[in-house]
Amino acid sequence: MPEQAPIEKQEYNITVYTENHVGLLNRIAMIFTRRKINIDSLNVSPSEIEGIHRFNIVINETEEVVSKIARQIEKQVEVLKVYFNTNEDVIWQEMALYKVPTDIIAEKAKVERLLRENGARAVVIRKDYTVFETTGHREETDNLIKVLQPFGLIEFVRSARIAIIKGSDGFNRKLREFERAEPGQDAIENEFLNSRDNVFSM
Amino acid sequence: MLTQEKQAPALPETDTMISGSQALLHALSVEGVDTIFGYPGGAIMPIYDALFDFPGNMKHVLVRHEQGGIHAGQGYARASGKVGVVFATSGPGATNLITGLADALIDSTPLVCITGQVFAHLLGTDAFQEADVIGITTPVTKWNYQVTDATEIPEVLAKAFHIARTGRPGPVLIDITKNAQLQKFPFQGYKRCDHIRSYRPKPIVRKEYIERAAELINSAKKPFVLWGQGVMLGAAEQEFREFLEKSGIPAAWTIMGAGALPSDHPLNVGMLGMHGNYGPNVMTNECDVLIAIGMRFDDRVTGRLDKYAKQAKIIHLDIDPAEIDKNVKTTVPVWGDCKETLPLLTQLVEKKQHTEWLAKFQEFEQQEIDAVIREELFPTSGEMTMGEVIQQLNELTKGEAIIVTDVGQHQMVACRYAKLNHTRSNITSGGLGTMGFALPAAIGAKFGAEDRTVVAVIGDGGVQMTIQELGTIMQSGVDVKILILNNQFLGMVRQWQELFHERRYSFVDIQSPDYVTVAKGYGISGRSVNQRADLNDALKEMLEHPGSFLLEVMVTKENNVFPMVPQGCSVSEIRLK
Repeated sequence: MPEQAPIEKQEYNITVYTENHVGLLNRIAMIFTRRKINIDSLNVSPSEIEGIHRFNIVINETEEVVSKIARQIEKQVEVLKVYFNTNEDVIWQEMALYKVPTDIIAEKAKVERLLRENGARAVVIRKDYTVFETTGHREETDNLIKVLQPFGLIEFVRSARIAIIKGSDGFNRKLREFERAEPGQDAIENEFLNSRDNVFSM
Repeated sequence: MLTQEKQAPALPETDTMISGSQALLHALSVEGVDTIFGYPGGAIMPIYDALFDFPGNMKHVLVRHEQGGIHAGQGYARASGKVGVVFATSGPGATNLITGLADALIDSTPLVCITGQVFAHLLGTDAFQEADVIGITTPVTKWNYQVTDATEIPEVLAKAFHIARTGRPGPVLIDITKNAQLQKFPFQGYKRCDHIRSYRPKPIVRKEYIERAAELINSAKKPFVLWGQGVMLGAAEQEFREFLEKSGIPAAWTIMGAGALPSDHPLNVGMLGMHGNYGPNVMTNECDVLIAIGMRFDDRVTGRLDKYAKQAKIIHLDIDPAEIDKNVKTTVPVWGDCKETLPLLTQLVEKKQHTEWLAKFQEFEQQEIDAVIREELFPTSGEMTMGEVIQQLNELTKGEAIIVTDVGQHQMVACRYAKLNHTRSNITSGGLGTMGFALPAAIGAKFGAEDRTVVAVIGDGGVQMTIQELGTIMQSGVDVKILILNNQFLGMVRQWQELFHERRYSFVDIQSPDYVTVAKGYGISGRSVNQRADLNDALKEMLEHPGSFLLEVMVTKENNVFPMVPQGCSVSEIRLK
């Protein structure tokens, strides 16, 4: 095991597989608030398995803090599994919407080029306003704000981050293990001990 | 005859229409609940109505405040090893449970608390006695759930008991809306829960880690065991003792672990932490292999972490994976139930005696006796000390009693000096440090261990926090010995003010009522002594009195508890004065 985990803070993507349970969002959020850690982004969605929810949480912290938080989350009864990954280990996207006045944008901007350069598309075009949408990393969605600002950007909103773990083979097999009363020796729950500083698992 | 009486009433046949309240009581009865601590109120009335003539032998103890109820539940659970059950109504009834829930969570005490809640259609309307109990209790429960439909009750209760008692135990709260308590539904039986797919209370033990731990232990010259409550929670006292006796390793305890090994066992070298014994604290920074068993490296045990056992290889046996590496980085994590891991480890460790190493602990003990203990336990002049009261109590109980303590100086003194022959004999609020814990917890402890003498050792501060529970003692007739060590101060705060705040005694000179008169008002006999010559006789009277008895002992006002590891210092910087 590496003696020293990196001590600098960086962005971590925490992926949590859970049961569908009222109050679980609160239970998970409290683990952060109790430690005065700000959640930069939080997304809850269905997962590849029906009935299993997937949380994507982004925080800026040291690996040591993140690994402890991950264990505290995994300790919650309805939580099946927690992973945490740096940005390098995930494919991630955020979606953003931009509302601009149609008259100005149509008159002053080279719209077709603007859309192409920013990987954006028009979602709605009305006489009074137009809504663009783009998906990408933070820099990309931020950049389009800068681009649209001179054209009288009226409203901007960005979604939470969603992330797919590059090294994951999904949760189906693990869930089947969890459903057994006595999971096998190769189960899931010993990943922590196999590579204790990389992934924590139960 | 007696066993017949204790038998649970037969479950209703499938499809019998019963109410949610009846389903709840049947669930408790199948789970083996014999005692409920509770307080009725509007939103839990249907449950109390069903309890009124529920067949069987389930006792209900009417407490005087819900906080008293939950501490009694904790005392019951800690003394008996069973799940404590508590009833409270909605709103203020439920919010009065919070301190006990937080206490039970941090001290891993299995509880199932049932709170009434307003009708489901009133949720969120600021109805009378409505509080967001699920929201409020989320950070202080292992699990909580709101039932709004009676058909959920059997399954939810089964889950609640499973979660409360397995893995690292903890408090569970089930909030049941009044409509669900009243609602009739066709009963489908009660099935105890033994598996929840998202919950792994018991990890699979990994042999290779046991082997690595055994190698470290076998090559150690100065191994040292620290144990906590986990040994008792895992019911692994025997396995623990066998491990120690084969490996010959000296062992010290956290206050939550006290009693898992008898006080006079030759390998029991004493208490850890801020007011623990001298040797165990100093030797933590001298040993070469530190074996932590069912303990969590609380800051009151470790002192300054960056100077804690840095020279040692650390083996940590714990059932809760979140505890491993939380405060102290381990060399070998042995994740599992110590009931399973300890025997595996015992098989692999060599039979040894660490005579010289053990002798070092004895040297430190002698220093501590000379500097602190003799004067504390056997003073011949001056006012009485807390230590001598505990010492004389030891001589009378011979270590057979359950000692329940509150929080503060008397707690440290009682935990340091009480002789404990048996496991589950030391009941104290360790993690949360809840003043007011002892009196209600002692009541619960007596219900949980009816054949044992229960002595509640309480300070003059703590006793006034839950003194209303004398009413519970009066009404239930439970036999609890109440020993108030009165130093006319909030002693521990005063000690810190003396040592760290230039003796600025800010609001610590607390006055007491005439406790004997108060007790008398509740029909409880009592006595107060302030002379050494009367102490032994008074303690005897207390212990021999049929039924509850309150004894107040006036002790010296400005005594300090030593040794002490000042906050922010390393364990090896422990002060003897």
